[in-house]
Amino acid sequence: MRHIISVLMENEAGALSRVVGLFSQRNFNIETLNVAPTDDPTLSRLTVTTVGDDRVIEQITKQLNKLIDVVKLVDLTEGQHIEREMLLAKVKAVGAQRAEVKRTTEIFRGQIIDVTPSIYTIQLAGDAEKLDAFINALGSNTLLEVVRTGVSGIARGEKVLSL
Amino acid sequence: MITRFLADEGVEYIYGYPGGAALHIYDAIHRQDKVHHVLVRHEQAATHMADGYARATGKPGVVLVTSGPGATNAVTGIATAYMDSIPMVVLCGQVMSHLIGEDAFQETDIVGVTRPIVKHSFSIKHPSDIPQVLKKAFYIATTGRPGPVVVDIPKDMTAPTEKYEYVYPKKVKMRSYTPVGRGHTGQIRKAVELMQKAKRPILFGGGGLVLGESTELFQQLARKLNIPVTTSLMGIGAYPQTDRQSLGWLGMHGSFEANQAMHNSDLVVCIGARFDDRATNNTAKFCPTAKIVHVDVDPSSIGKTVRVDVPIVGTAKSVLEEMLALLGESKEETPDLSDWWKQIDDWRASRTGRLYEQAKDGEVMKPQQVVEAVWKATQGKAYVVTDVGQHQMFAAQYYKFDKPNHWITSGGLGTMGFGLPAAMGVKLNKPQEEVVLITGEGSFQMMMQELSTCAQYGIPVKIINLNNQSLGMVRQWQDLNYNKRHAQSYVQSLPDFQKLVESYGHVAMKVDTADELDATLEKAFASKDQLVFVDVYVDPHEHVYPMQVPQGSMRDMLLSKTERT
Ligand SMILES: Cc1ncc(C[n+]2csc(CCOP(=O)(O)OP(=O)(O)O)c2C)c(N)n1
Ligand SMILES: [Mg+2]
Repeated sequence: MRHIISVLMENEAGALSRVVGLFSQRNFNIETLNVAPTDDPTLSRLTVTTVGDDRVIEQITKQLNKLIDVVKLVDLTEGQHIEREMLLAKVKAVGAQRAEVKRTTEIFRGQIIDVTPSIYTIQLAGDAEKLDAFINALGSNTLLEVVRTGVSGIARGEKVLSL
Repeated sequence: MITRFLADEGVEYIYGYPGGAALHIYDAIHRQDKVHHVLVRHEQAATHMADGYARATGKPGVVLVTSGPGATNAVTGIATAYMDSIPMVVLCGQVMSHLIGEDAFQETDIVGVTRPIVKHSFSIKHPSDIPQVLKKAFYIATTGRPGPVVVDIPKDMTAPTEKYEYVYPKKVKMRSYTPVGRGHTGQIRKAVELMQKAKRPILFGGGGLVLGESTELFQQLARKLNIPVTTSLMGIGAYPQTDRQSLGWLGMHGSFEANQAMHNSDLVVCIGARFDDRATNNTAKFCPTAKIVHVDVDPSSIGKTVRVDVPIVGTAKSVLEEMLALLGESKEETPDLSDWWKQIDDWRASRTGRLYEQAKDGEVMKPQQVVEAVWKATQGKAYVVTDVGQHQMFAAQYYKFDKPNHWITSGGLGTMGFGLPAAMGVKLNKPQEEVVLITGEGSFQMMMQELSTCAQYGIPVKIINLNNQSLGMVRQWQDLNYNKRHAQSYVQSLPDFQKLVESYGHVAMKVDTADELDATLEKAFASKDQLVFVDVYVDPHEHVYPMQVPQGSMRDMLLSKTERT
């Protein structure tokens, strides 16, 4: 099963390499990864999506917790949560394609954020599935470049991951 | 600052080798007399010396090496300590901060190189951070599940242009690191209830008992319930092996009765062992009828390789104390295990006297009988250090340990070359104790340069070289799995060990046949302040048995070249 694990860790040199190293050292899988500082400048928040059976996920969370730099973590998929990823896409847009691309973007509630006579640059946020669907809908012959941020997530309701 | 800190931390010896990036530190060591430096002949030996010291005393071993090759030479020793959870602090010199990343002379990213084999690592970013960082390094290395910590120290950090006030940090607090304390009382209660109900229980102790100084409590628990006891290779000594309740150690080359009892038990209570593959054989067939209780300080050890029914995260000491207290209060009668003991005694009896075939007069000796002779010659009281191979397994099987911390071996990594420097680390710190290295001619040659260090510091270890003129353990596998094709397992051009050892000013003896053995050993052990090397010729064709059948269950064992279970 796919899991989203969100980690609060010390914002220190080497911390990220320990997390990433752990995944390769123990043969765990990383689907997406993102990391950035938080409102507390001494902490960064890292979100990793991974797949594995219960035993593997248990090992992943235990091994992460064992890293000295890791302060706290939560497996968001264990409860109600919101997941978001952002995508930037550069798309060929000439002739009839221009209207078509624009309509698809609107259907997915994306925005065109840069325009040239032959190209649209589109921004879209949503869960990973929605972004996949959007890319499918655009079709490979219009797509020139795609960048995705990787998944971030947060729990629904009262639950908070903080110190 | 580093030297003052080490003195304040109570460090008596550090083991190391100088070089450019560490010279300021070396100069500071030279100008004081509290911290003694031992100059080895290869940095790997420094780590093994620190490691041997830590295993025998429970205190962290401290290593000092220079940047680049000095640090990379230490890697094997760091990995060895990591695999066996040994507390160690390794101080590595580094090139000047402003040169880092420029491929400067003798620069390696040692924090990067060692990342997967340390508990944690630090780089010093400012001279004033040194005391605090070192305090954290010692704290992390010694608490929770212990392990090695690397501290990378750029040269300019040790020769600051300004002066900083030094204050010894008495305490550390880290929000992201809190070592595990007591176990969950409900879980402990459950475990105790299972122990009171079980018909075929077995206690399985690991190195965590030795590291966690809780072997006495473990013994109390075993005696109170009259439960049979086995240990992992690392747990040897956690329970007296000459005691009736001891079944010896388990696993690939463990005892017949321990492996049988594990397989047939209805309750395995494991404390401080990690169920690694050499202990469990095929996990899918592991202890099919048993419920498993697993106590460990490291949550990630629990459920990693085998399914666990009652997981307990806590220190062995606190959990054992609580178990004993609960048993003390309990009104349940101690369970009657007489049927189980009868079964175990039958297993035992079926092997007694048949463990190996004694050499006949005039035949070359069996390695097993040499270990038995060493056990007798030292009244079973020595610190026994080994290298890796058949001799290691024979030492574990035929030397009977009644005390913890006396069995010192590289279990997890299986590092040939570990033995001599580790034995030196023990002897230097326990000069009154008998310290015996049981080694093989292959392993010994990996670190034999340390005979020179022994001469310099007067470290009189006793060395028993089980010389089978081959990489015996490799040869055994080739006999069994490669149709006796002995690819590269024969050690050609062996040195004349006697001459070699004597050239360093030590004493050397040689034994060819059994009738010389006891007298020679007696002579060797009578010499108190001389290093004595005894080169004992043993049968190169001998195999280590029992040997679990690959992919089998615990009880699937080869018992000799012709018998199997
Ligand atoms: C550094 C290292 N290299 C290789 C091995 C693989 N290995 C395990 S046992 C062994 C043979 C050891 O020979 P020796 O020290 O003579 O002991 P014996 O088995 O003959 O008693 C080898 C090569 C190892 N454990 N460590
Ligand atoms: Mg050999």
